[in-house]
Amino acid sequence: MAKAYTPGLLVTQHKKHRCMRRLPIAGEVKVAKGDHVTADDVVAETALPGDVNPINLSNQLSLPPKDVIGCMLKKEGDPIAKDEPIAQTKGIFGMMKNTIKSRFEGTVETVSPVTGQVIIRGAPLPVQVRAYMGGTVVSVREHEGCEIEADVAYVQGIFGVGGETHGKIVLACDSHEQELTPDRITEDMQGMVIIGGARMTVAAIKRAQSVGAAAIISGGIDDQDLKQLLGYDLGVAITGRENLGITVIVTEGFGEIAMAERTFKMLRGHDGHETSVNGATQIRAGVMRPEIIIPLASVPTDQADHRFEEGQLEIGRTLRVIRDPWFGMIGEVTGLPTEPHVLGSGSKARVLEVKFPSGETAIVPRANVELIEE
Amino acid sequence: MTQIDPEQIKVILATDCGSTTTKAILIEYVDGEYRQTQRGEAPTTVERPFADVTMGVVNSVTEIGELAGRRLVGDDGRIISPATDTEGCDIYISTSSAGGGLQMMVAGVIAEMTAASAKRAALGAGSIVMDVIAANDGRRPHDQIQRIRDLRPDMILISGGTDGGTTDKVVQIAELVAPAKPQPRFGSDYEMPIIYAGNKEAREAISDVFDEGGFDLQIVDNLRPVLERENLSPARDKIHDIFLEHVMAQAPGYDKLMGWTGAPIMPTPGAVGDILQTVARLQGINVVGVDIGGATTDVFSVFNETFNRTVSANLGMSYSISNVCAEATMPNVLRWVPFDMDERELRNHVKNKMIRPTTIPQTKEALMFEQAVAREALRLAYKQHKEFATTLKGVQQQRTVGDTFSQQTGGMTIVDNMKLDLLVASGGVLSHAPRMHQTAMLLIDAFEPEGVTALAKDSIFMMPHLGVLASVHPKAAEQVFDRDCLVYLGTCVCAKGTPKPSKPCFKYQLSGDCNESGEIAGGDLKLIEMAPDARATIVITPARGIDLGEGPGKKIEKEVRGGTVGLILDGRGRPLALPEERAACQKTVQGWLDALDVYAEEKEPAAV
Repeated sequence: MAKAYTPGLLVTQHKKHRCMRRLPIAGEVKVAKGDHVTADDVVAETALPGDVNPINLSNQLSLPPKDVIGCMLKKEGDPIAKDEPIAQTKGIFGMMKNTIKSRFEGTVETVSPVTGQVIIRGAPLPVQVRAYMGGTVVSVREHEGCEIEADVAYVQGIFGVGGETHGKIVLACDSHEQELTPDRITEDMQGMVIIGGARMTVAAIKRAQSVGAAAIISGGIDDQDLKQLLGYDLGVAITGRENLGITVIVTEGFGEIAMAERTFKMLRGHDGHETSVNGATQIRAGVMRPEIIIPLASVPTDQADHRFEEGQLEIGRTLRVIRDPWFGMIGEVTGLPTEPHVLGSGSKARVLEVKFPSGETAIVPRANVELIEE
Repeated sequence: MTQIDPEQIKVILATDCGSTTTKAILIEYVDGEYRQTQRGEAPTTVERPFADVTMGVVNSVTEIGELAGRRLVGDDGRIISPATDTEGCDIYISTSSAGGGLQMMVAGVIAEMTAASAKRAALGAGSIVMDVIAANDGRRPHDQIQRIRDLRPDMILISGGTDGGTTDKVVQIAELVAPAKPQPRFGSDYEMPIIYAGNKEAREAISDVFDEGGFDLQIVDNLRPVLERENLSPARDKIHDIFLEHVMAQAPGYDKLMGWTGAPIMPTPGAVGDILQTVARLQGINVVGVDIGGATTDVFSVFNETFNRTVSANLGMSYSISNVCAEATMPNVLRWVPFDMDERELRNHVKNKMIRPTTIPQTKEALMFEQAVAREALRLAYKQHKEFATTLKGVQQQRTVGDTFSQQTGGMTIVDNMKLDLLVASGGVLSHAPRMHQTAMLLIDAFEPEGVTALAKDSIFMMPHLGVLASVHPKAAEQVFDRDCLVYLGTCVCAKGTPKPSKPCFKYQLSGDCNESGEIAGGDLKLIEMAPDARATIVITPARGIDLGEGPGKKIEKEVRGGTVGLILDGRGRPLALPEERAACQKTVQGWLDALDVYAEEKEPAAV
């Protein structure tokens, strides 16, 4: 057998990309099928039920819960302002009344005769969903959202932090092997998606944050730099909701590692182009990787030669080793032995032979490689 | 589901639909006993583009059929049942953890009492407990409501108050849940199931709270009717029912699968718990089982017939490996590695494993590091388990004057390593270790068993299948568990106490299939080869202050069994202490690894 399935990260000059834009709860979709949208356009909006705040009036009035309802100045469904009286005891002969003011603004939702607890629901929270990616609306789901399609160049990263954003691509490094340091980041990169080369330092990311860049992308990052950036040691790779003011994406992994040359060249080819990026990563069932989406004005005519099937490990394919002792090295498959091989660890596993550009060859477990998809 | 007479069951087909792989086994009645005869596996097909779990089931079953020379899938794509001489099976059963398993939120009035009981019920039913809300959990009510809103559980279990006790506190908890309007994970038209298992006096008020719609309230008997007793079965049974009727029904293809099975589909961890309880009961032993996965570690224990299960949500060997290193700290991980490693490089390796979880160690050094992480993950998971598996808290205890100096509060752990008879390992890093000696060493270092304990591993992760089989045919389940599921590594004999280095710790004398005698010094480990079917009687005479089960310095006599590793005599003492100084620690650990031949060249390595 000369083929086996090994997934890899997608890096392509062109694909038809669709993205679903969905409201968290039912609402209004603002676009119609066929509409052209830009990344900033609002495509759907709704209002989430407001925050819920309980007030235990039984305690505050020193009354049994069942008596609270008789002291209410507001009934269920009534609006109430902050510091507005919500309940008052009858007092003694109309004197010595105890009045309780609401600590919250909202609507009285329930008054419980069992616990004497009143629930105040805050004002609805507006939620807007933006297009995120420029393109054409190809389908609309009533009250739910829409799907946008575009011809794009596409790069899948390996790991990221921070959510969706967009901006123009700007190159900060001259080659894929150059480290991204703060001196390479300038004030005019505000609102842009900065492309580096090899490892990016935490100082570079902080500099990008301070100039107001939308995103920063490079080959690698050091574990301790990430810890310093986040303020904690990331335990599991479920990200996207960090509030850093910048989206950070690494294309290859942790440590001193250069961006794949092909990825760097492709991004350089789109210097100045508008791009949408999302650092959200979820490495669990239903894996989600960060993405760099560059909508294309026209479909390239010189399409890549698709010699290989997607996901198929075949002789001649380019791959990246993703574990020591050859971590990060890119090479070409030269052999796919069928018999399991005894590894240095003592385990028996299926392997492949890989040849690196230096001419060196190695035997690597198939589990430890990643195809570079075109 | 039709009633089947266990005596008529001769061919059993079982699957476990995991998040990534569907594993099928065939059990047949051969020469008067039930044996697992074939196994097959295929990728799980619950996610798009397939979105039908039965495709993966059929693929894995077809593989078994080909291996067994028995047609198991009919032309209509369904499993053939009942069996004939050449095709089909008498019963088909299944477990499932696909789609992230069963996820629950639980709530109770007091965190250490009713909320803890509710958590035990949910965990015992095989769920992942996303959060525990309690009146005294230290969070302000609006923070609790926000948390409930953020979670997307499959169902919620509410408990609180003993029968006839407080009603307002438990209603207050319900009043936090109802306005939060928690959204389920699956399906927007799905009504959130709420199981109420609290004070029966509060049922009416609870019904009123959830009256408004959007909830499917189910009321069962109080899981803590009196402080002194838990009654978890009604809540657990209801969780299983809802899991089948609501959660499974939302997952693609499960409605079809449920029509095929001869017994209700169970959540995978719930089934593992059931088989361990069955075996502990039938053999009259105390058992601890562990399943260490990529993301989580499950620990199960049965001590004196009391079952407990914990899930350490972020202790695992791939997705959660970075969290293990953060929680355990790198120096604690590295104390198990007998050579120097660059810490910065290691930290980056750990993160790379986290983001590319399917990679395997290629070099011996990488394997040793990964097994060092596993020791810490297991140690932390067992520590959490011991803290959770306690006697009931809040129970008033009668004391005498004699108790003055040994006062114990409620909530003492019931996990007693000295009384542990069998320790069962499963999960990739334990099951697929290149040498079984490594599995044995990992178990001993992490769990620190005391006295005499048998060690075993689940050969091909068959425990879930046998758990659900136990519900229809306990005898078949027990036979297969003992003969085919477990691979016995051997027995470890571990001294409790602080033996003096190089001074006598205990003397031993073996008779039976193995005849040998000698002395173990403090800090020493010794391996005696004993074949898997070998049995021997061991007489141990401990030194002063050293306990092997009968008390410090007291002689014991026990039967020990052999295994693929053999008999391990451990004079390192308990709790296990490693030298703090790095060079001394490396030397000590290397000595232990050499004594057990842990990383020796293997003639026939295990496949990965």
